[in-house]
Amino acid sequence: MSLRALALALTLGLAGGCATTATDPRDPFEGFNRAMYAFNDGLDEVVMKPVSRAYKAVAPDPLRNMVRNFFSNIDDIFNGLNNVLQGKFLDGWTDWARFAFNTIFGVFGINDVASDMGLEKHNEDFGQTFAVWGLGDGPYLVLPFFGPYTLRDSAGLVLDWETDPVVRARPIDLRNSLIAARFVSRRTDLLDASRLFDEASLDRYVFLRDAYLQRRRSLVYDGNPPREPRPPE
Amino acid sequence: MNRWIACAALALAATTAQAQAPVTPPDELVKSVMLEVADIVARDKEIQGGDRRKSIALIEQKALPHFNFAGMTALAVGPAWQKATPEQKQRLAEGFRSLLVRTYASSLTVFREQNFDFRPLRMKPGDTEVTVLVRVLQTGSQPVNIEYDMEKTARGWKVYDVRIAGISLVANYRTEFANVVRQSGLDGLIAALEKKNKSVEAPAAK
Repeated sequence: MSLRALALALTLGLAGGCATTATDPRDPFEGFNRAMYAFNDGLDEVVMKPVSRAYKAVAPDPLRNMVRNFFSNIDDIFNGLNNVLQGKFLDGWTDWARFAFNTIFGVFGINDVASDMGLEKHNEDFGQTFAVWGLGDGPYLVLPFFGPYTLRDSAGLVLDWETDPVVRARPIDLRNSLIAARFVSRRTDLLDASRLFDEASLDRYVFLRDAYLQRRRSLVYDGNPPREPRPPE
Repeated sequence: MNRWIACAALALAATTAQAQAPVTPPDELVKSVMLEVADIVARDKEIQGGDRRKSIALIEQKALPHFNFAGMTALAVGPAWQKATPEQKQRLAEGFRSLLVRTYASSLTVFREQNFDFRPLRMKPGDTEVTVLVRVLQTGSQPVNIEYDMEKTARGWKVYDVRIAGISLVANYRTEFANVVRQSGLDGLIAALEKKNKSVEAPAAK
């Protein structure tokens, strides 16, 4: 069923891609991307958002913090590797120290004791590492199920996914439950942000795309991207 | 003798004028406004429950006086701003302003229980443009940066752009607005803003 819907969306998307002329040089596949966006958004509206709202209603804050911390702790392994690959050895060691402290003293990561100790959390992935190595963004791509990416970040995503301890967890039932739990936890954290996007945007697709591209640029530069000159008023 | 008195009077007048209008440094301004808003939200059950009217009133009263909306709108609209008539400019600024107020108001509850980390400001004495950085700390997540781009005006320091997690509000609207202007002109943009504001204003159906 979902495969057929996906195939339909893909077909529509490609047809749409031919029909509309893309206006933004960063987004040459706008027609396709808009179709994928509509597909993801529909799925989000019908499945992810209701599940996340229910999770938020049922699970008290401290429990949701523990779930977030548990998955966040696992991420620190590859945050550290990516920092090292980007030449930021101190940050890399911080990430691995975080993992060690949180796993041991934070009970498998459910308590973020490392942050209380002043070891700050980072946000790294292979897409950012490729960017630091000099790879450009490439065209903007909306991937089915995964959402906004660029060509470079899609390549990063493949490695992120392949190396992800949660994805490699076995048996398969456990892996699937973990992936689902992590997704719900993350989507729940974004409930406020996604409502804000609904209310703030005239064209949600464009707003989301630009926000994603700005966000990635900021992440690549660890929060300090070179400032673009203020345009004349 | 008279000259002495005149000089003394002038000096006195100068110091009192200065004392009457002390310019609050931008970082202190941001800190006091954010803490005040967070404090009000923390104590007001109705705002926490999502009372839009009260949230909007709070934003209008506390935060808005520190924004340069005309400047923000000009930046967001881009080159087309130059061609706008004074009436169009006014309606654009009003539309953009109420869009931002409504958006801001609906995210007010986020302010509750936040752990703010106000970063020291690097500013030289003569600077007229600065960026004030506030980080929001949350367990299990990377701190989120909120950056206020501010400029010094005759009426004190005013915000002309806000960047949240590296996403500039003005830059994000610039592409969106440019698309609408290209398709349906400045009047089209005014109409789109007013329509959006109406739809957000209406009670959420969902």
